[in-house]
Amino acid sequence: MNRFAELLDRLAYEPGRNNKLRLITAYFRDTPDPDRGYALAALTGALSFKHAKPGLIRDLITDRADPVLFGLSYDYVGDLSETVALMWPRAALPGHNNPPPPTLSEVVTTLRTLGKTELPKQLARWLDELDETGRWALLKLVTGAMRIGISARLAKTAAANLGGKDAHDVELMWPGLSPPYLDLFAWLEGRSEKPVNRDPTPFRPVMLAHAIEDADFANLDPADFIAEWKWDGIRVQAVSGRDERGHIQARLYSRTGEDITKSFPDLVPSLHLQGSSSFAIDGELLVLREGRVQTFNVLQQRLNRKVVSPKLIKEYPIHLRAYDLLGDDENDLRELPFIERRARLEAFVRKLDDARIDLSPTVAFDSWDALTAARADPAQAGAGEDADAVEGVMLKRRNAAYLPGRPKGQWWKWKRDPHLIDAVLMYAQRGHGKRSSYYSDYTFGVWTSGEDGEQLVPVGKAYFGFTDEELLQIDRFVRRNTTEKFGPVRHVVHEPDQGLVLEVAFEGLARSPRHKSGVAMRFPRISRLRWDKPPREADRLETLERMLKSDASITAA
Amino acid sequence: MRPQDILLPAPAGLCCKPGGFHIDPVRSVERAVITHGHSDHARAGHGAVLATQETLDMMRLRYGDNFAGSTQAIAYGEELRLGDVKIKFHPAGHVLGSAQIAVTCKDTCIVASGDYKDASDPTCAPFEVVPCDVFITEATFGLPVFRHGNAADEVKKLLASVALFPERAHLVGAYSLGKAQRVIALLREAGYDAPIYLHGAMEAITHYYQSRGVALGELRPAKGMKKVDLAGTITLAPPSATSDIWTRRFPDPVTAFASGWMRVRARARQRGIELPLVISDHADWDGLTATIEATGAGEIWVTHGQEDALVHWCKTKGLAARPLDLVGYGDEDEHEAPPAKEAEA
Repeated sequence: MNRFAELLDRLAYEPGRNNKLRLITAYFRDTPDPDRGYALAALTGALSFKHAKPGLIRDLITDRADPVLFGLSYDYVGDLSETVALMWPRAALPGHNNPPPPTLSEVVTTLRTLGKTELPKQLARWLDELDETGRWALLKLVTGAMRIGISARLAKTAAANLGGKDAHDVELMWPGLSPPYLDLFAWLEGRSEKPVNRDPTPFRPVMLAHAIEDADFANLDPADFIAEWKWDGIRVQAVSGRDERGHIQARLYSRTGEDITKSFPDLVPSLHLQGSSSFAIDGELLVLREGRVQTFNVLQQRLNRKVVSPKLIKEYPIHLRAYDLLGDDENDLRELPFIERRARLEAFVRKLDDARIDLSPTVAFDSWDALTAARADPAQAGAGEDADAVEGVMLKRRNAAYLPGRPKGQWWKWKRDPHLIDAVLMYAQRGHGKRSSYYSDYTFGVWTSGEDGEQLVPVGKAYFGFTDEELLQIDRFVRRNTTEKFGPVRHVVHEPDQGLVLEVAFEGLARSPRHKSGVAMRFPRISRLRWDKPPREADRLETLERMLKSDASITAA
Repeated sequence: MRPQDILLPAPAGLCCKPGGFHIDPVRSVERAVITHGHSDHARAGHGAVLATQETLDMMRLRYGDNFAGSTQAIAYGEELRLGDVKIKFHPAGHVLGSAQIAVTCKDTCIVASGDYKDASDPTCAPFEVVPCDVFITEATFGLPVFRHGNAADEVKKLLASVALFPERAHLVGAYSLGKAQRVIALLREAGYDAPIYLHGAMEAITHYYQSRGVALGELRPAKGMKKVDLAGTITLAPPSATSDIWTRRFPDPVTAFASGWMRVRARARQRGIELPLVISDHADWDGLTATIEATGAGEIWVTHGQEDALVHWCKTKGLAARPLDLVGYGDEDEHEAPPAKEAEA
């Protein structure tokens, strides 16, 4: 555990990607099986034990420390594992004959078999045995919340580097592997053959798009691209295949590879295609009512549900809008150019003939000006009544293969322009994690006429959108212009002539009885700092209310 | 006499009405009594200033000769009558010249401790526990997650890194008043006798420490050094300088930061620190709570920092406690920036 803890600790301070890779690869080289395999599993989020709930960790610490002090400490540090690791009282173990701290394999294998009731006692024992870094790493591990700036992709790349292999190869075989990856490391070290993926419904790493900038168009030829609407739903991969006994299996994966089949049982029958042995569709989950695509606000009702009731299924019928075909029968289509995959997809969806699965339509255009016009008014450009669920256009290069990750120059996303308002910073709160010493969460407001005359009413909160340099500037402003402090929240000066105006961008607006202002923004972020603008010139609540009226079709749903 | 009739928080700072003065005022006042030389406590523009000789000297270094209408130096242990109160200065162990101020009126004694630490520091007089009725404490590290450990071990970490990367320069971010000199003194105690390099913004104050008899060994300005000659060396710089273009003169620098904040990982990460050194000039949680108990005070007033946690702890120990909600202290650490012309030095 100590060697692993040391690795995590060093990774936490190392900003450079290459140095991170070197540290992880060196760890894999120096650490024997099975410890290194469990480390790889931990870094890729592949450990299978039931994670300890944050509540359990809280109970452990509040048994040993004042709960109020714990609460304040957690609020300050912003990370449960680190708070507990730092606060954990020194164990009153006898000075000799202390048990050695546990190894990573010991921790992982013990956790796999440990009963729920034994867990707290075991954790407490390990926490007593480990030092601060060890405690921190253990808690990160058991809560399943590593968040140390290492992506699964990076960890797999580091493993691939051990054997001078391509990370893509590891990615492709990955769904068929399991911890502690003895076969993988044996192959990487040249001791055995390449492991084979036998999963009948494997997840294929998803291809993503870059956000296009104005300057990019000059170097792009419209004739090289096909445009589609960018639907505001959930990107998924629908996979079907036959297991060893010939039974059809169907899976729905999120774009990160998480299995979300259970949340959408109403879609599964449509994926049990009898004629074909296997297929994989890249597409978007949407709620359709009477053939009309509903907005994300409506789709949201289907997300993060533990129980999917018949009522929910009936009121929020789920559909799959197909973008791409990655595999058909035994054929891996990912190497084909997009236009060929698109032709196969069209034929596939036609043959399927299922109302729950349809084709993402293309948007005709012959120049960037034509596409600009379509993006500005999707309703007139073919999206018709579904235009409210369009969040922009996608550009896909005709000859692009389906590549994992975000390859340069292949796919572009071009979102619709967000709404903008000028609001006044009212309160600031310290951020969490990496931002725990910065005032990085901002509550902002707009003017309205109240009982006491003109006053600001909070309309939202934003904690991103600014650059690092702007964060420093706002943080400094907050510290110098605090008029009152309430715990972690600072009341920042906001008078007609004194205060900071923030240009806030947001995607949509909904009525909300939970907010004093009566409105809630979707995806608000800081787009500019208006040091030049006195607060009295910021926007008014009436402006938002007018937007709400013109947006009434959304909220009526 | 009620304690709040002796000292009361006011917009300008802690006000002593019967004595006719403010302690560490954040606005200009007629008569100021100042605990130590950090800029959030020692500001220019007061009528009369009473402080230790070192604090007065530091203010003069920072603000120039006319930083106050008049000044008066007071030594540790010296007692003085101001209006209806008696005041006495005691070492606070925070930086050179730092003091706690005991204010006594009739039978009631209040100690305003300013910033303090109970850990050992070769560059200043050790903290002294002053028995009192009301103890005014800071709470910079007033959370149980802050346990600073032994500063000598952190310096060992730095020296191990210097040995491991002889081809790289080590840049240690440290506040230029107090922390930098303490790190240098700790390096000397650990047996490091090579020259130590200084950022231009630290030279004046560090030489002042030397003039007061603090042994710091051979110090050199980093300015004018050839890049290749800085390999394997240690340079002290204000924290803000360790991330600006000034660092380009160093060969592949390892960025360290000596601060109590380094106890929290996110703090080190967001500053891009590779080598966090947990060295603090403020008392840690165990230090704060032990000191509060040792003073025997029945009532605790908590100033800047994590007031809530410390007030809560006091109450669980049966002590009357309240936050003073003074605004304007404790931010120097976060924003210490060298003057513009020094930034290029």
